[in-house]
Amino acid sequence: MSTLELLALQPPGWGGNLLRGLANSIQIAVGAYGLGLAIGTAGAYGKIYGGPVLRDLLEVYTTVVRAVPELILILILYFGLTDLVNQILVEMGRDRIQISGVIAGIAVLGVVQGAYSTEVLRGAILAVPHGQIEAARAMGMPAGMLARRITLPLMLGNAIPGLANLWLIATKDTALLAVVGFSELTLETRQAAGTTKAYFTFFMAAGAIYLAITLLSQWGFARAERWARRGEPAVAAGAR
Amino acid sequence: MTGTTNGVQAQPAERPEAIAVRDLRKSFGSHEVLKGVSMRACEGDVVAIIGGSGSGKSTMLRCINFLETPSGGEITIGGERVEMRPDGSPASRRQIERLRQSLGMVFQSFNLWTHKTVLENLIEVPVHVLKVPRAEAEARARKLLDRVGLAEKEGAYPAFLSGGQQQRAAIARALCMEPRAMLFDEPTSALDPELVGEVLAVIRALADEGRTMILVTHEMKFAREVASHVIYLFNGQIEEEGPPERLFGAPRSERLKQFLKSVA
Repeated sequence: MSTLELLALQPPGWGGNLLRGLANSIQIAVGAYGLGLAIGTAGAYGKIYGGPVLRDLLEVYTTVVRAVPELILILILYFGLTDLVNQILVEMGRDRIQISGVIAGIAVLGVVQGAYSTEVLRGAILAVPHGQIEAARAMGMPAGMLARRITLPLMLGNAIPGLANLWLIATKDTALLAVVGFSELTLETRQAAGTTKAYFTFFMAAGAIYLAITLLSQWGFARAERWARRGEPAVAAGAR
Repeated sequence: MTGTTNGVQAQPAERPEAIAVRDLRKSFGSHEVLKGVSMRACEGDVVAIIGGSGSGKSTMLRCINFLETPSGGEITIGGERVEMRPDGSPASRRQIERLRQSLGMVFQSFNLWTHKTVLENLIEVPVHVLKVPRAEAEARARKLLDRVGLAEKEGAYPAFLSGGQQQRAAIARALCMEPRAMLFDEPTSALDPELVGEVLAVIRALADEGRTMILVTHEMKFAREVASHVIYLFNGQIEEEGPPERLFGAPRSERLKQFLKSVA
């Protein structure tokens, strides 16, 4: 078969499988990234404003998650957690359940992303000029609104470079879920390559797809950063 | 508006009390910055707080709206006593937020929100906290911007304004809440000398229209001109206070004499 036939969307071509894998990968990456941002925002606020106990717990979380290889975390959380949940269910006299690959993937990668984004967001929040937060406080703005309308928009410009990194890592970390048999882009590619023996073609195709995701993401993040920094004079224009 | 008379020097035809501070104390760790200061401003009063660096004047001002948590004492705003725990911290977050909405604070470093345009800065709290309809808030904001001479800058981001323009915008932002009183924390100290005048002119106009103001400043000449009462702080205590003519014209304490000589 020619390269084009191999990559055709309809069988016997494998293009359709690759795209399904891509869709799964993106689904997991988006879910995990969103979960990671939610954990990260809460974690960053907890580390900055929380009490000593909360701060210590968050420190343990960010340290452990960032210390252990993600592959091991995935295996622990996927098999270990499934096992634990099922043991509990059996104890309670219920049937065992099969945790869906998508949910497990999002949960596992989300917890990993959360640890990293806690630190990215903590740094970005601390870089917000304190006077601007104080001005809002001095005018009687409640804490939740202050975070939503002042602190978080102000820290965004500082956070976006780090958050863009995390997103690109998330898109590629989905490949790790291949070890638990989740059919994302990398696993689909391996199957296609193994079956057809056209290794070079399929891995190059997968590489090109990952590259395309990255380019598109970079464009999106660049726009977002420009918007977040709309109130700042361009550095090139001679500010500072 | 009702004001308590406190039973202190009740004069005939007394104006309602705006802000009262009694025996205010503040420590940072073991360092006592305020050692029991008292102050009273009726509506329309302009109280200037002067003193050297580290005298506690900024801390005193910042305690009034609880940007610093007092260690002890009593604060009354518009006749309403701030509920404090025994350690001086505010007992009710809600009450603090509500009272802060009635005090317009102007900072040394302007502190405009850099991600919002000048107009957005002005209407932020009126619209989102005070729930003023947006159109009404914008109309109010434009009128104030016109007053401080920034009508054509409403769409600009703060970073593109000069220091003097930023500070005038910050004053307009505080006024846009329609506060009971204005608090100024060294409003011209961060400005280039040639920009000080434009900001003082705005503050002077506010004093002339009878606004209640508490002003921490290094501008002695200005304090003398606009203040109705001047407090000289030294080392966390009120060393001398009185009407500006007397305080600047015939200071009694040796420290104040020296201070006035050093800043002249």
